[in-house]
Amino acid sequence: MSAATELMNFAIIVAFVTLGFGQILSMVRLALGPTSGDRILALDTMVINALGLVVMLGIYQGAQIYFEVSLMIAMLGFVSTVALARFMLRGDIIE
Amino acid sequence: MSMEILGTYAVAIFLLIGSGFAAVAVIGLLKFNDPMTRLHAPTKVGTIGIGALLLASIGHSMLLGETSMHELLIMGFLFVTAPISANFIAKVNIHLGVCETPPAPQRDVTWATLKRPEEDI
Repeated sequence: MSAATELMNFAIIVAFVTLGFGQILSMVRLALGPTSGDRILALDTMVINALGLVVMLGIYQGAQIYFEVSLMIAMLGFVSTVALARFMLRGDIIE
Repeated sequence: MSMEILGTYAVAIFLLIGSGFAAVAVIGLLKFNDPMTRLHAPTKVGTIGIGALLLASIGHSMLLGETSMHELLIMGFLFVTAPISANFIAKVNIHLGVCETPPAPQRDVTWATLKRPEEDI
């Protein structure tokens, strides 16, 4: 095992641990609040971090099939953020 | 040192950069003490972090010998939609009155009216 592969394995572990802790910390912000804007932002960050975790899983397994999953997560995350924000702004999503 | 080793180093460094940026984003989300300040950390830094992770994914697929540029699609989508969702969350903050109210725009009688400004006449 060469030095490059060792650094690669270390980086994969670091990225998994960082993104996982990121999910937990944004869950703390989601529970703390205090305003609705913060909660929407915490959910948005959680979606972005979940996208990173799926990408990391693809790197770890060397598989290509996770591309569609991450694209779907990105689209659904954007749509749900906009829907929540519009609900807060207008009291309705589609008028 | 062959290309493969260089590529592995590049992928590892991109992974470390991406996870570092993602960590900064989440720490900013947790530690700042004003809603608008909290908004700025994950929406900018987080997108760059995910961009670096996706670059690492592209490099890794190149290393495996099956080059795929699909990740550029996700990157473009994220870079386009992140400012829009940030704008919506900022509008929610302004609407709920949890931040300083932005100053009212100056009174302007020439914009979007049929009246012409003085210097044009």
